[in-house]
Parts: sequence; C-alpha cells; structure tokens
Amino acid sequence: MTLSRTTRRLLAGLTFGVLALIYLPLLVVVVNSVNPSQSMTWPPDGVTFEWWRRAAHSAGARDALVTSLQVAVIATALALVLGTLLALALQRYSFFGKHSVNLLVILPIALPGVVTGIALNNGFKGILGIDLSLWTIVVAHATFCIVTVFNNVQARLRRMGTSLEEASADLGAGVLTTFRLVTLPQLRSALLAGGMLAFALSFDEIIVTTFTAGNGATTLPIWILNNMFRPNQAPVVNVVAVVLIVFSIIPVWLAQRLSSDVEAAR
Amino acid sequence: MSLSTSAPVAATEAVEVPAISIRGLRKTFGSVTAVDHVDIDIANGEFFSMLGPSGSGKTTVLRMIAGFEAPTAGTIRLDGTDVTRSAPFERDVHTVFQDYALFPHMSVLDNVGYGLRVRGLGKKERRERAQQALDKVRLGHLGDRRPSQLSGGQRQRVALARAIVLEPRVLLLDEPLGALDLKLREQMQVELKQLQRDLGITFVFVTHDQEEALTLSDRIAVFDAGRIQQLGSPREIYENPASAYVAGFVGTTNLLDAATSQRLLGVADEHAVRPERLRITDARDTAPAAPGDVRVDATVTETIYLGTGNRVHLRTADGTELVALEQSTGAAAGQEARGDRVTVRFARADVVRLTAAES
Repeated sequence: MTLSRTTRRLLAGLTFGVLALIYLPLLVVVVNSVNPSQSMTWPPDGVTFEWWRRAAHSAGARDALVTSLQVAVIATALALVLGTLLALALQRYSFFGKHSVNLLVILPIALPGVVTGIALNNGFKGILGIDLSLWTIVVAHATFCIVTVFNNVQARLRRMGTSLEEASADLGAGVLTTFRLVTLPQLRSALLAGGMLAFALSFDEIIVTTFTAGNGATTLPIWILNNMFRPNQAPVVNVVAVVLIVFSIIPVWLAQRLSSDVEAAR
Repeated sequence: MSLSTSAPVAATEAVEVPAISIRGLRKTFGSVTAVDHVDIDIANGEFFSMLGPSGSGKTTVLRMIAGFEAPTAGTIRLDGTDVTRSAPFERDVHTVFQDYALFPHMSVLDNVGYGLRVRGLGKKERRERAQQALDKVRLGHLGDRRPSQLSGGQRQRVALARAIVLEPRVLLLDEPLGALDLKLREQMQVELKQLQRDLGITFVFVTHDQEEALTLSDRIAVFDAGRIQQLGSPREIYENPASAYVAGFVGTTNLLDAATSQRLLGVADEHAVRPERLRITDARDTAPAAPGDVRVDATVTETIYLGTGNRVHLRTADGTELVALEQSTGAAAGQEARGDRVTVRFARADVVRLTAAES
C-alpha cells in the first residue's frame, strides 16, 4: 500500500506527537532527579547528585523497594504455579462447571481495584480474622497475577494442540513425565511472558495494596504516594521514579528479544 | 492316551490369538455416533487398512486402539489382554501421527530416543538404538537436526523411526502419507511395505486413499458413517463389493439400478460392473449377445484420453450412464467420438449383485 506524501507526513507528525506526549514527562522526571532546586524550578540551573545520595540513604525508600520486590516475586511465583495448573485443567480436561471456573478465574483482572481491595480487606479482617501483613498483599496481588499467567499459558496450550502430548503418552511417558519433558519446554516462553507481566502488575499496584497492606508493609508505590507532597522528599521521589523507569524497561526489552528469538526459531 | 491330556495341547495349537481383537466397539461424542458396531480381528504381522472418507470413524477406531479415546461401549484386546480402559502409555502399540507430532524442542536423535528415555535406558544405549532406527529409515546423517529443519518426507521417516525403535508388536499409522506429494507418497508406500515385511510387525493403516489401501494391504475394512461396510482382501473388496457404497468408494463402478438390471439381466436387484470390463464395439455390430454376455446400445457422451487408455462416458437408450475404460492397444483404440452410436458388451460373470445397504 502506498501513501501520498501528505498522508505520510501527517502520520509521521501524529506518531511524533503521541510519543512526545508519553516520553517528555518521563524525561522531565529524569532531569528533575538531578535538578539542584528543591522546588524543581525550570529550567534547572545545574546538575547535582545530592538527591541520589539522599535516596540511597533513605531507609524508607529502601525498605519499600525490598517489600515491593518480595511481594512481586512471591505473588508471581504463586501465580506461575496456580495459573499453569488452572490453564492445564481448563484446556486439557473437561469437568462439570468448567466454563464457570474459566470466567471466575479471569474476572479479577476486570474488577475495579477498589472493589477487590475492599472485599479482600473485609475478608481478611472481618471474616478470617487475619492481621494485614506482607502476606495479605501477596494473596491480593496473586488474584490478578494468576490471570496473566493463565491467559498466556492457555493461549499457548491451545495453539500447541494435544498431538505432542499424545505422542509422548503413546511412546510410554506417564502424565508427569510428559509434562516435564514435552509440555513444560513448550510453555517456557509463555511462562516467561506471563510471569514478567504478573511481576510488573504487582510491582506498581497501589489500589488493592492500600486496602490489604499491614502497618509494617509499605510497598514502593505507596511510599511514593505518601512522600510525593512532602516538599523535602519530593526530589527523592524523582530519583526513585527514575530507578523504576530503568527497572521497567529491562523486562520489556528482554521479553521483546525473547519473543523475537522464538519467532526466528520457528 | 486319554482325552484329558491331549485336549489342552490341541487347543493351544489350534487358536492363534489375534494381535488386535475388537468387539462391539462404539463411540459417541455428545449426540453424534462416530463409531458403531465395529468388530475386527487383526492377525499378527498383518497389514490391515481402514479405508473411508473423512468422518467415517476410521481415525476414531485407531485412536481408541491407541488409547487416546475411551470407547463408549465394546472391548479392545491386544494379544488377548483387555486394554479397553488402559492409558496410552500402558499399551504396547505405537502411533505414527498424521501431523507427525515430532517434539520441536528436541533434536531428531532425541526425538527417536524419547521412548527409550522414558523407559529409563542409559544415554549411551539410547543413542545407539536411536541411531540404528534412524539408519533403518535412511536418515542416519540427520540426527543432530531439529525437526523444523527437515522436509515433510524426512519428518515422516523420523516419526516412523521414533515408533519402531521401541519394537512394538503393533504400529498404528494415521494417514501417514496424507501430507506428502504424489511422487514421495508412492515412494514411501513401497518403503512402508518393505519395512513392515522386514520387521514382521502388525500395521494398522488409516487412509482415505482407496488406491493406497488396495496396493498396500493384506485386508481392508471399508468404513462409512461409523460402521464397517465391508471387510476383506483388496481383491474381494474390488471384485466383489458388498454394497453400492463400497463399489463406488473403492474404484469407479457402473451402478445398474433395479429397473435397468431387470431389463438387462432379468433380475430386479442392484448390480455393479467395473468400467474395465465393458467392451465397446461400433453400431454396425448387430450380432446378438453371446450366451453369458449382455449387450446394450448406447451413445458416447464424452471420451477422455488418459495416456494408458481412454475413459468413455456413455448413455443408454433408457438414460443409464455408463463408464468404460479402454486400454490403449496402439492401433485403432480410442476412435469413439462424442455422439457416436455404439454397442456395449460385458460378461454376466463380471456383474456383481449388490446386497441392499442396511439402515
């Protein structure tokens, strides 16, 4: 399809405008992290690493980062196991209530976070009588992390078909051996993609976390929210934001490289 | 010698246990009956084909023998042992899949060695035996490749090697040549037949290609609508089709309905006669039918040149369509043109009476 010169220019301009709208604010955050003025006057009149030093020594930010990583890692691990099992059950077996289970599994990702948050808060404190802690955040996050793993694995299983697994059984492999030697290797990139997405979702989740976090457990997004409007902490928040940007780019870049490897191998 | 001592000896000698014995097999998917009333005994070392159009139930029978589908009713015995409810990995049968189903993440050699691996054989022995199996299908030099780097015919052979390396008593083949082009298919047919003879194992071969079934098999079961329409040797099936369906599906045939049969043969039943049994003489041939012969006047509606001969389409005075195959004899054959009035003759002995199809 060939486009006229004017159309091409128009589309190029539009692309540039949208990308600028997305990335310029991010650039401002990066620049502000080295802005000597505490009130972030623009344009900055120099470069300082004072905020970076302060951030590195901020116990609050460091603890929040560790908490976030813990929650994200555990919730992702939980989601990988449960999501894969669910996908296998729903894609490879038939049983009573299969379609209802399928719907109920996917629902949490569509539910407003506020609803999930209130419901879980009531459930934990009121019904189960559990004190909120790091573990209540993990469980809360796992409810929607499972969905991303489940969706990826289910799509892969559907595309894979059953003939490889049948061939394995036909050659004498039991159910577990077939899963280990045939199904799991085929699922590897789907698990990686689903896992990274789950990790990213958990890492920046704020609404559900607000309702399910105990006193001792502050995740990074909550810490940022709490410190953003404190004048003397604002520059440190910028630094933390830059760190987050870097951390988010790496998995996306990895995922893209990985999926292009998979395409090339086909 | 008393009867009580001799009787057991005689019994063991007399009855050979079939490699596969199927009784009353039935399979329904929801409200659809895919397989019904199937009884088959397949002898050791037999090349047995299940022939039929897609949806006729032949593949479902194969999948039930392999254990991928559980029968709704009926039993399946392998060497006399009831395996109806056994899992696929508990049965000593192996399948060559239509889409080959090679493991894409393993090398060709690891694919072939897979069955040995899950049986706990050591790496060294596994590789040796896998290599031998690959040599047998003439792919010994490609062990390091990935399945994706092979051609269709090569993948087909890897799938074969992967199954035969386990030395099964029975090999199930689900349209194994369906994805190959004609030349390769003919070559693989010869190789399959040789392999089966060399290994002496039972082959159960599913195909929709009647020519393939006729040339390869010891016996054929013709399937339609979930049932076996006829079971017999290729010759029996071709020369003596049991029904109009079998006659039409295996090769081409001229069906004579009851009215036409009454007029030509004096019997009001459905009959069939193969095109190569019709002889065409020109209209000046006014000699009456010889004893045991049938003669009918017809008009040529089309003549198609086949290289090895001609296919002549005819219509008799009462509107019955006939097809005749004329072998090319070099000289005057193939002179009939559209619209020519000719005489068709065939021997009564070549006419097969069809039993009315049940149900």
